[in-house]
Amino acid sequence: MQQSDDKISADLAAAVSEGDRSALASALNLLDDQRARVRSQAAELLALLQVNQQFRDRHLIGITGPPGAGKSTLCAALISVWRKRGLRVGVLAVDPSSPISGGALLGDRLRMQTSHEDDGVFIRSLSSRGQFGGLSAEVWPMSIVMLAGFDIVLIETVGVGQREADIAQLCDTTCYVAQPGSGDSVQFLKAGILEVPHILVVNKEDMGNVARRTLAELRSALNREHPDGHWKVPVLATSATTNAGVESLADVIDEHHNALTTQQTLLPRRRRYQIYWIHKRLLEEFGSFGIERLGGEKKFLAQLEKNQLDLFQHYESLRKQLHKI
Amino acid sequence: MSQDSVKRDRPWLMRTYSGHSSAQASNQLYRTNLSRGQTGLSVAFDLPTQTGYDSDHPLARGEVGKVGVPINHIGDMEALFDQIPLDQMNTSMTINATAPWLLALYVAVAERQGVEPSTLQGTTQNDVLKEYLSRGTYIYPPEPSVRLTTDLIAYTVEHIPKWNPTNVCSYHLQEAGATPIQELAYALSTAIAILDAVKASGQVSEESFHEVVGRISFFVNAGIRFVEETCKLRAFGRMWDELTQQRYGVDNPKQRRFRYGVQVNSLGLTESQPENNVQRIVLEMLAVTLSKSSRARAIQLPAWNEALGLPRPWDQQWALRMQQVLALETDLLEYDDLFEGSHVVETKVLELIAGAREEMARVESQGGLVTCIETGYVKSELVQSHTLRMRNIESGELKIIGVNCFEETAESPLTAGEESGIMKVDKRAEEEQLTSLRHFRSNRDFDQVERALELLRAAAIDGTNIMPPSIECARSGVTTGEWSEVLREVFGEYRAPTGIDIAPLTGGASEALKLVRESVRMTGTELGRPLRLLIGKPGLDGHSNGAEQIAVKARDAGFEIVYEGIRLTPHQIARAAQEEGVHLIGLSILSGSHMELIDDIFTELKRIGSADIPVVIGGIIPEQDAEHLLQNGLKAVFTPKDMDMNGIMSAMVSIIRKAHGLEVLS
Ligand code: B12
Ligand SMILES: Nc1nc2c(ncn2[C@@H]2O[C@H](COP(=O)(O)OP(=O)(O)OP(=O)(O)O)[C@@H](O)[C@H]2O)c(=O)[nH]1
Ligand SMILES: [Mg+2]
Repeated sequence: MQQSDDKISADLAAAVSEGDRSALASALNLLDDQRARVRSQAAELLALLQVNQQFRDRHLIGITGPPGAGKSTLCAALISVWRKRGLRVGVLAVDPSSPISGGALLGDRLRMQTSHEDDGVFIRSLSSRGQFGGLSAEVWPMSIVMLAGFDIVLIETVGVGQREADIAQLCDTTCYVAQPGSGDSVQFLKAGILEVPHILVVNKEDMGNVARRTLAELRSALNREHPDGHWKVPVLATSATTNAGVESLADVIDEHHNALTTQQTLLPRRRRYQIYWIHKRLLEEFGSFGIERLGGEKKFLAQLEKNQLDLFQHYESLRKQLHKI
Repeated sequence: MSQDSVKRDRPWLMRTYSGHSSAQASNQLYRTNLSRGQTGLSVAFDLPTQTGYDSDHPLARGEVGKVGVPINHIGDMEALFDQIPLDQMNTSMTINATAPWLLALYVAVAERQGVEPSTLQGTTQNDVLKEYLSRGTYIYPPEPSVRLTTDLIAYTVEHIPKWNPTNVCSYHLQEAGATPIQELAYALSTAIAILDAVKASGQVSEESFHEVVGRISFFVNAGIRFVEETCKLRAFGRMWDELTQQRYGVDNPKQRRFRYGVQVNSLGLTESQPENNVQRIVLEMLAVTLSKSSRARAIQLPAWNEALGLPRPWDQQWALRMQQVLALETDLLEYDDLFEGSHVVETKVLELIAGAREEMARVESQGGLVTCIETGYVKSELVQSHTLRMRNIESGELKIIGVNCFEETAESPLTAGEESGIMKVDKRAEEEQLTSLRHFRSNRDFDQVERALELLRAAAIDGTNIMPPSIECARSGVTTGEWSEVLREVFGEYRAPTGIDIAPLTGGASEALKLVRESVRMTGTELGRPLRLLIGKPGLDGHSNGAEQIAVKARDAGFEIVYEGIRLTPHQIARAAQEEGVHLIGLSILSGSHMELIDDIFTELKRIGSADIPVVIGGIIPEQDAEHLLQNGLKAVFTPKDMDMNGIMSAMVSIIRKAHGLEVLS
């Protein structure tokens, strides 16, 4: 078995890049797998996909916002728009899991039903499994594999406060969906609890006045540049059920991608986020004690920055190192 | 004392809900039943007809003629009522999403029989709201669906004045787990939603509106707690009287009367010791007959073999005879109301009314029933109630004879024999229906069909009443699938909330559940990731209780659950299983089309390269079929007698372990 692992990974990487659905499913299962033997295989697969050289024209988008704001429905509406534009879409939908039983209902998928027969859409649900803020630790590697097979990768996650800010440190573009009438979003923004998204959407604009009021409030609260620089945060209104404003949202999302590529910040940012992720993951797994063992935070981060190799392989070797200690 | 010296009340209408195979076969059955003393017709349609598909649609495979009669066009409807003069019939049709269409066909057949449509009598169920909550045969989103409902009402009140245009149903809510208070609250909230919509549509005058209120009838349930159920019906009567007066200003007491028909509870009828169901059915019937002032207008009873499969003519005859014995042999109909003045009954009635009022206020404050359907609030409440019921059965707190107590039994002669005590629908029925449909299609005036469909589309878009163009479609030879498809194009399709996202019940986990949790967790660790289960409902089957309860239980046992609700194609299910990387597929099929559907799912899984995912099934699966399926690769079959949910969970864990070469836990 062991000898042929290389070949297995190579075949899998090739098939994933060709958009083979069955291969993608296997690759995602592989990345989800916590068994030591499988982890190295997963690292290999990611390395083979050459994440950092490729996928410049692909787009990793995060959709976040309070429960029930219409994120999944809006994703479905966006997917239809992108499909009409000939783009293939992969989705990672993150649902909370029960802290007691560990069980979870992966419910977003239900609202994302688009065309049944469409090979250009692939949805994988994930439970947050109680770790890593509102995200699941596997989201980052999984999103990379999805980028290999799809033009657009969407990540849906529940998010209201600081704890769930991880998504902003993962995606090229983060889009916050606000619920009309709930003052929370405005309060959070003002108080700085809410990380500033790249795009702000007030969904359910079909609700009328309430939606218009929230839109106005957010516009005045958010009349500013994104801390990333060179990007004025747009505030849009949509209705995921009537499709109003969804085309424009897709356009704005695309504009942000263009801005990132022309400013040549897309790939460096992805790298930065990946380092952030590795740091955070190791902290979770081994605590600050583990980081100390690697020579302390500063040295450890510097090493990662310097690394020209694949980051995921680097991460795996650090894990192995720590496990040996 | 001689019998004729006593004045007896007239008995209620006795119905048998039936229809199967084809219009011709069902027509035979109806004529036999009428000759045996049945006093009205109650038509069961097959699922394709109820969900707007022709018999040759891919989704109809395995369902044609199974649980009801297939009606594709006027030819089928004509055959269904052959030699049954419609002017002398009182016909009840259990039809909802496609109600305007089936009524249109009925009108067109009356015209052909030379019967004046305005004299027709009967009922269309036409309560689409409970379809989203329980029954599952909705097509369009709630809003346009309610519009179709109101169109039918507005049309009949003017043109077929003796028709009962809407039968607001609480029956199905109880079958989905509703408590008496929930049944009261949601049924009355449904009536409010419908009446408000009729009013808002501006199609009826103030005077006719009171007529509409007077024509609303109800279809309720009566469960085994028959004293409480009697009280529930008294509560219904009082609340309706008050509601129609206060909210709609109806002065005429006659128009405020709570008129209702009944089917007694079937959810509590068991597969184990099925003969006990006879006692249950009779006791439940008492709930809706004992009290004169709140007695049912019409009753249909399930048969003793309800949980085994479809009843045969003899089984239905037995159920009909139960009614006849009660109405004609006993002295029940000689008395005035038996409970008038009982303060025990009165106290219970008031308690139910108070509870129902509270829940109705909750619904109203959240925007009314339609909104509460869209948000999933009501559905989740029902799932919650049903989960509680299941837990009480599991713990033994809720006793069910033959199921969780007194389980020992002698061999039953009822289920012995070749057909094992149920009706088998002839497989050729589907074939024959397809041939006759093709023949009908090729022999009609296609231009006329096209013109009629354009009229229909125009009305759907501009909001004029849908009935006249539908009747024109019926006359022109349009098919059920064509009528529905035009409206699908205009209104879109809908997928309702599943309601399974409920909080775990309070009271903590039982020891058995804790054990299961541990095995789920451990197996997940051994396999590298948490166990994932896809629960799939393929085909047109709308029975969601089993799938919901398994989903909730499996989540509480630690599984990650993918469940996307009812009516998925085998292709969608196979694909979702692959995308989500599940360890096991659990299908739930109760409509009888399991053989065809499982076959299709295996084919799909093979085609997409996921044939290694193990598959199990639960539902109404006759023993012979189960054996056959197990030989063909299915890993397990669960039926209603498998009430031990923790046991089901353990069995699923074992199947996953086996599929991955892990040793099975003891
Ligand atoms: C409740 C009920 C309804 C409710 C359903 C509400 C709902 N949302 O589910 C209502 C009133 C709406 C209904 C309607 C109809 N019904 Co009905 N219904 C029943 C009834 C009485 C009980 C089913 C039930 O919910 N049991 C409770 C649940 C928890 O049990 P269960 O599903 O069996 O699940 C258990 C096991 O089977 C297993 N299991 C089930 N699924 C799964 C899945 C997995 C993964 C696993 C591991 C295990 C598992 O575990 C569960 C725990 O014990 C049965 C008869 C009976 N007593 O069984 C008829 C029955 C299923 N209905 C029947 C029919 C014909 C209909 C209609 C089609 C009638 C018509 N012509 O219009 C309609 C239409 C429904 C539709 N859209 O498809 C027939 C089916 C005939 C057949 N198979 O040959 C039955 C058998 C009655 C009969 N004898 O005629 N029905
Ligand atoms: N009126 C209106 N309702 C909407 C709109 N978008 C979504 N909804 C409804 O809002 C509810 C929640 O929608 P979802 O898409 O599940 O919301 P979500 O944010 O993904 O929810 P979670 O994943 O549970 O946090 C559903 O009942 C939707 O039908 C909209 O634009 N207008
Ligand atoms: Mg969602």
